[in-house]
Amino acid sequence: MIRARGLVKRFGSFTAVDGIDFDLSRGEAFGFLGPNGAGKSSTMRMIGCVSPPSGGELSILGLDPVADGPAIRARLGVVPQEDTLDLELTVRENLMIYGRYFGLPREVIRERSTRLLEFVQLSDRSADQVEPLSGGMKRRLTIARSLINEPEILLLDEPTTGLDPQARHAVWDRLFRLKQQGVTLVLTTHYMDEAEQLCDRLVVMDRGKIAAEGSPRELIGRYSTPEVLEMRFDPAEHQVAAEKLTGVPAERTEVLADRILLYVTDGDVALAAVRALEVEPLTSLVRRSTLEDVFLRLTGRRLED
Amino acid sequence: MAAATRAAVPSRSFAVRQFRFWLTDYRRTWRGSIYSSLLSPLLFLGAMGLGLGKLVDAHGTASLGGVSYLVFLAPGLLAATGMQTAVGECTYPVFASVKWTKTYQAASASPLRPADVFHGHLLFVLMRLTMNCGIFIAVASVLGAVRSVWIVAALPVAVLTGLAFATPIEAWSVTRTKDTSFAVIYRFGMIPMFLFSGVFFPITQLPAWFRPLAYLTPLWHGAALCRALSLGVATLGGALVHVGYLVLWAAAGVAAGHMTYPRRLYV
Repeated sequence: MIRARGLVKRFGSFTAVDGIDFDLSRGEAFGFLGPNGAGKSSTMRMIGCVSPPSGGELSILGLDPVADGPAIRARLGVVPQEDTLDLELTVRENLMIYGRYFGLPREVIRERSTRLLEFVQLSDRSADQVEPLSGGMKRRLTIARSLINEPEILLLDEPTTGLDPQARHAVWDRLFRLKQQGVTLVLTTHYMDEAEQLCDRLVVMDRGKIAAEGSPRELIGRYSTPEVLEMRFDPAEHQVAAEKLTGVPAERTEVLADRILLYVTDGDVALAAVRALEVEPLTSLVRRSTLEDVFLRLTGRRLED
Repeated sequence: MAAATRAAVPSRSFAVRQFRFWLTDYRRTWRGSIYSSLLSPLLFLGAMGLGLGKLVDAHGTASLGGVSYLVFLAPGLLAATGMQTAVGECTYPVFASVKWTKTYQAASASPLRPADVFHGHLLFVLMRLTMNCGIFIAVASVLGAVRSVWIVAALPVAVLTGLAFATPIEAWSVTRTKDTSFAVIYRFGMIPMFLFSGVFFPITQLPAWFRPLAYLTPLWHGAALCRALSLGVATLGGALVHVGYLVLWAAAGVAAGHMTYPRRLYV
């Protein structure tokens, strides 16, 4: 449905997206994972046909985003990074206005609004002004609005950034249902848990380039170990401990500013080995590898820095 | 296939979709706006036309063309109403749409193109201009400030005067990243023009070297033609020159908007 080859976006002398390739097929949930400034939003805006590519090829639904913008956008749903709701209008009016942008008859919009508001659990607020709604509710309304034209592809730019954990889960739940219904999802995120929960396939982006591609499980299998031993030390002993830990058999060791991570097959075995060296961490945690570890491995940096 | 899809995209109805957004938006504020459209001509025509006018008329009105000050002033203020409405509708509302509420960006994610967003907003401004200038004419007529039925023709002229300001200002406002620029427009653009473009006194009262400046302003052309129509002394040649000059400004503004809107909305 979307195909990019050598896609580039430049702003003056700054290259935000530096020659990326990706393909997206119908019904897939595809993610762009990366830290802020990785080029995710620029890519998303190019797919949304509101940002002409500076180079390379991009085709969306078989059409050219520069020449056929209106025709493509008629078939897309967009949840932008920042909500663009009209705060002084009511929940329903927002949907009505947006549906009218797509040239839908009022009757159709009314019927869809009822259904969509139910879907995002805002039926009881439909006659209320948007302004006083919580961040999570506004986000859900934005999602409902993006579905008013029954899009073939739904673009979500950081759908849960800035939401509290409960609101995030509510949004994830709705997006998961959409995925089950067969809607093609494209999302950007710098939350590895979001990517793991929602994406069938994702690309890890860093500094405008794609560092790796695959399903979350594949990426973890390819770039990380099954388990990670995370340890915290007294800051005074942090460096010393790091040097001593070279004696522990681990596939890889990451010394972060506040923690030391050992990438191993069995975390408990590794912790025993650490203790055998008479190194005692303040706290220790054995956990499974995540996409965060993949990112760290690929870029040497953390996602949310 | 692609060409067929493209051909199915009618541009006029797209602008109308954006216009409908503004109508929905206006439903919240229309009452207040009508009150101020009524109040403003009452205040100005009352204070200046009737109050100050008495003093002026006592001095003899030959330089006003032999009509009372109220009759002289009203058509000038009509053109100025066009200008003020345009400046009001095309500065902060445009800036807010692109910077605060981001309704422009919301529309850009739909099939609408930047030009549709621009045209749709202009259609709304056109409606507001027609309303405000229409109300002004009604109030002025009731106050006896109109001499000729040709005042009916002054309505489109006043609206056109507004458009001569609306299109370039709208094209410029969308490029702004800070709202401080607008205070400059008000203080150093609109107010001097309001005062020195023949609204309150004939510009023949100004030093000769200053007059060409006034001739350059769209407001002077709008005020001169509205006045000629209101007094029933308009000539075809004069009207064509004034209208032509105003159309030039409006057209230049539309051309500018076709460049600035895409540049701001498609980054």
